[in-house]
Amino acid sequence: MTNDELILVLTEKFPDAVIAQGNKYVEMTVSAESLHKTAELLKETREISFDYLFCLTGVDYPENMGIIYHLESVEHRHVMVLKVRTADRINPAVDTVSDVWITAKYHEREAYDLLGIHFNNHTDLRRLFLDDEWGFPLRKDYVDEVRIVER
Amino acid sequence: MAFNIYDFTTLTHNIHTGLAETFSPVLATTIEWVIVGVVYLLFVALFGLFLVYAERKVCAAFQQRLGPTRVGPWGLLQTIADFIKLLMKELIMPRKADWFLYNLAPFLVIIASFLAIAVIPFAPGLQSLDFDIGIFYLTAVSSVGVIGILLAGWSSNNKYSLIGAMRSGAQILSYELSVSLSLLTMVVFAGTMQFSAIVEGQRDAWFIFSGHIPAIIAFVVFLIAGTAETNRGPFDLAEAESELVAGFHTEYSGVKFAMFFLAEYINLFIISAVAATVFLGGWMPLHFGNFESFNHIMDFIPPVVWFFMKVLGVIFIIMWFKWTFPRLRVDQILTLEWKYLLPINLINILLMALVVLTKFHF
Amino acid sequence: MSEIREVIVRTDRLATDKYQVNMGPQHPSTHGVLRLLVTLEGEKVLNVQPHTGYIHSGIEKMCEAITYPQIIHLTDRMDYLSAHMSNEAVALCVENALQIEVPDRVKYIRTIMDELTRLASHQLWWCVYGMDLGALTTFFYGLRDRELILDIFEETCGARMTVSYNTPGGLMFDIHPNFQKRVKDYLKYFRAKLPEYDSLLSGNVIMRERTEGIGHLSLMEAIDYGVTGPSGRASGFSCDVRKHQPYSAYPFVKFNEILDHRCDSLARYEVRIKEMWESISIIEQLIDNIPEGDYAVKMKGVLKLPEGEFYQRAESARGEFGVFIVSDGKKNPYRVKFRSPGFSNLFALNNMAKGHKIADLVAIMSTLDLIIPDIDR
Repeated sequence: MTNDELILVLTEKFPDAVIAQGNKYVEMTVSAESLHKTAELLKETREISFDYLFCLTGVDYPENMGIIYHLESVEHRHVMVLKVRTADRINPAVDTVSDVWITAKYHEREAYDLLGIHFNNHTDLRRLFLDDEWGFPLRKDYVDEVRIVER
Repeated sequence: MAFNIYDFTTLTHNIHTGLAETFSPVLATTIEWVIVGVVYLLFVALFGLFLVYAERKVCAAFQQRLGPTRVGPWGLLQTIADFIKLLMKELIMPRKADWFLYNLAPFLVIIASFLAIAVIPFAPGLQSLDFDIGIFYLTAVSSVGVIGILLAGWSSNNKYSLIGAMRSGAQILSYELSVSLSLLTMVVFAGTMQFSAIVEGQRDAWFIFSGHIPAIIAFVVFLIAGTAETNRGPFDLAEAESELVAGFHTEYSGVKFAMFFLAEYINLFIISAVAATVFLGGWMPLHFGNFESFNHIMDFIPPVVWFFMKVLGVIFIIMWFKWTFPRLRVDQILTLEWKYLLPINLINILLMALVVLTKFHF
Repeated sequence: MSEIREVIVRTDRLATDKYQVNMGPQHPSTHGVLRLLVTLEGEKVLNVQPHTGYIHSGIEKMCEAITYPQIIHLTDRMDYLSAHMSNEAVALCVENALQIEVPDRVKYIRTIMDELTRLASHQLWWCVYGMDLGALTTFFYGLRDRELILDIFEETCGARMTVSYNTPGGLMFDIHPNFQKRVKDYLKYFRAKLPEYDSLLSGNVIMRERTEGIGHLSLMEAIDYGVTGPSGRASGFSCDVRKHQPYSAYPFVKFNEILDHRCDSLARYEVRIKEMWESISIIEQLIDNIPEGDYAVKMKGVLKLPEGEFYQRAESARGEFGVFIVSDGKKNPYRVKFRSPGFSNLFALNNMAKGHKIADLVAIMSTLDLIIPDIDR
C-alpha cells in the first residue's frame, strides 16, 4: 500500500490516534494505555499485517520519554512508525509488546537498561548491557564524574 | 663387534655374549634392560621431536605457508626450543584437583605408549619383545592409555575437562574394537600373532597385495580407527580447541602437558608402525614373488630404512586427513564406529576366512 | 555482579543431572566478548542465555556530543567487517534529511565499495566457520583472498578495515587511479578461487553431516525475531534492503536475492557462498561504467539537520542495518539509534540451539555470523 492508502486505513481503524506523514514513513502516535491493543490490531489485521518490528528506540524528551517502533509488513511491504509517550520522566512505564513481536523482548530490555523505561507485563525485564547498580546512561540528566568529560 | 646394517641380530648377539662373559647373569640381564630402556627413551624423545616438527611443516604446506623457519636451519631446532619453554613453565594445579590422580594421569598415558612400542619390529633382530601373541598384547596394552585420559579429565575439577575426557573415553573404547578386528583379519591371513613371523610371512609379497580385497578394506578401516584411537584428525573433539579450549588437558601446564603432547605423537607413531608392519611388510623390502632381479635390487636398501619409509608414508597420510577435514561430532563418531565400521569389519573377517580357506590369494 | 547472583540462584533450582557451563567472554569461538550461559544435560543443550555488554562502549551516547560527519568514524567500529555499509547508512540518512542529491559517480563508487566489503566480510566468515568446525586449513585460504581486498581499501581509503570513506555529501576523496584496474584483476583472480571454497568445504560429507538439519529457524520465527541478512534469507524471509528499498547505485544493477527454504545451517552457509557470487557480478556490472564527476557535493562547514526524525536502512553483510536520527535543529543530534543486525540475530540462538549438542551450538553460532561490538554498541 502506498503511504496515502495506509493513512486512510489507519485513520479508519484507529480513530483515537494521531496520524501524519513523516519524512519517509507514516507516523502514528497513540496513547500509552491503548498501545498494546493497537499493537495487536496492527499485527493481526490482514490488510495491513505489520509483523516485522525492525527497530525499537527509546528517546528522552524534556517532559517525558518516548518509545518509537518501526514496523514493516512482510506481505504488503509497507512501513510505518508507531510512537508512544510515557506520562512523565520520574517513573516512565508503558505496556510491553513482546507478546506481539518476540524481538521486542530484547529491545525493551535494552531501552530499560539505557533509559530506565519500565515495561509492564514484561516476562524478563533485566538489565542487558550494564550492572544493576548503574544509572541510566542515555538520559539527558545522567551525570558520571569519572567517565564523562564535559567540555 | 660386527655391525651389519642389514641384520641387527649380529649386533644384539654380540652385546649379549659380551655382557654374559664379563658379568654375572643377573647383572648382565639388568644391564641389558637398562640399555633397552635408554635406547627406547632416546628414540621416543628424538622421534617425538621430529614428528612435532614434521607436523608443523606438513600443516604449513597444506595451508600454503612455510612453517617454522627461524630457529635453526630450516627451523629444525623449533621443537627443542618449544620443549625447553615447556620445561620452564610454572606447574599450576587447580586447588580442588585430586592431587594424586592429577599427577598420575600423564604418566599412565606415556607408560601405555612405551609398552606398545616394545613389540614393534624395527629391523631383523631389532625387536625387544617377541611374544607369540604379539598382536593380542598390543591391543591389550593400548587400552591402558584410556585410563590416563579419564583420570586427567576427572581430577582436573573442571567441567570442560570432564566433558572432553568422557567424549575421549567413549571414542577410544569404541574404536579399539575396530582396530582389533582389522588386525584380527590379518592374523587370520597370516596364521600367526607373532610380529616377527608376520613380517617373515611377507617375504614374497606384502599382505596388502597378497590379501587383495579383504586386506585393503582392513587397511582402510585400520587407518580410520587408528586415527580415532589417537584422538587425531577428524576425530579430535576431545581437544577441540574451538569448543572446549583444550579438552581433557586444559588444566595441565609445563612438563605434564608436554607428556600428553608427546604421548599423542608416539601413539601416532605406534599406529603407523603397526599399519606398516601388518599391512605393508614392516622391514621387509618390496618383493614380488619370483622376480629375482627386482627383489635383489630392493634388498639393497637396508630394512631399517624400508621400515621408516613406510611409517613416514602412513604418518603423512594421517596428517593429510587432519588438515583437510572438519571435525566430527561425538555422536557421529560413535555412529560411524558402531553402525558402519563394526559390521564392515565382521563381514571382512568372514571374507578373509573364505579367502584363506579357498586359497584364493597370491 | 547481578549475573553472578542470578547464576547461583538458578543453580539451586536445577535438577541434579543438569549442569551449567559458561562459554565465557574469553573463548576461542564466541567471535568476540560474548558470554553464553548454557544449560546442559549430558551433551544436549537445554537452554542458551546470551549475556552481552562486555564491549558496550556507549556509542549512542557519544553520538549526542559530536557532529554529524564525526558519527561516521564511530560507526566503523561497531560492525567492523561491514564498516563501509554502516558509514554509508549514516551518510545517506544525513543527505536525505538535508535533501541533497549526490552525483552518480559517488553512488557507483559507494556501491562498489559496499560489495567489496561484503565479499571481504563473507570471506572472513567462511574461514572462521571452517575453523570452528575443525577444518583449520580454511582459515588461511579465506584470509589469503581477503588480504587482497584489504590492500585495495588501503590504497584508496587509507585504512584496511575501518575505512571511514563516506561523508555526508559524498566521499572523503576520490578513488585512486589504480582502483579500477586492481578491482578488475582481483575479480578475475577470485572467480577462479571461489570454486576452491566449494571443493574444500561445501561438498565435504563431514561438513554436511554437521550442518544439515541443524539449527532450524522457521520463517515465522525469523520474522518474529527480526532475523535478517543471509541468516534470515536462508529461512525464506525475503528481507534484502538492496532489493526492497534500493539506495545508491542498486537501482542500476541486476542481481538476485538469494533465498533458501531449508532453514538449517547448511542453507545459511550456501546463501552466503551464493551471495559472494552475486557480489562479484554486481561489481563487474559497475566497475567499467563509473561516471565522471565530482566525488562530493560541497557542504556547509557546520551541518545542522532540520528538526524531526530520520531513518535510513542499509544492507550490511549481517543483515539490515538501520540508522535513526532524532534531531532538534542543533549541530549535534538529539538521539541516534543504530539498529544492529547482530542484536536481533543473536537472540534467536536459544530457539535454534535447543535440543542439539554443544558442538552444534558452536556451529550454529558461527552460521549466524555475529560481530559482538555490533550487538553491544
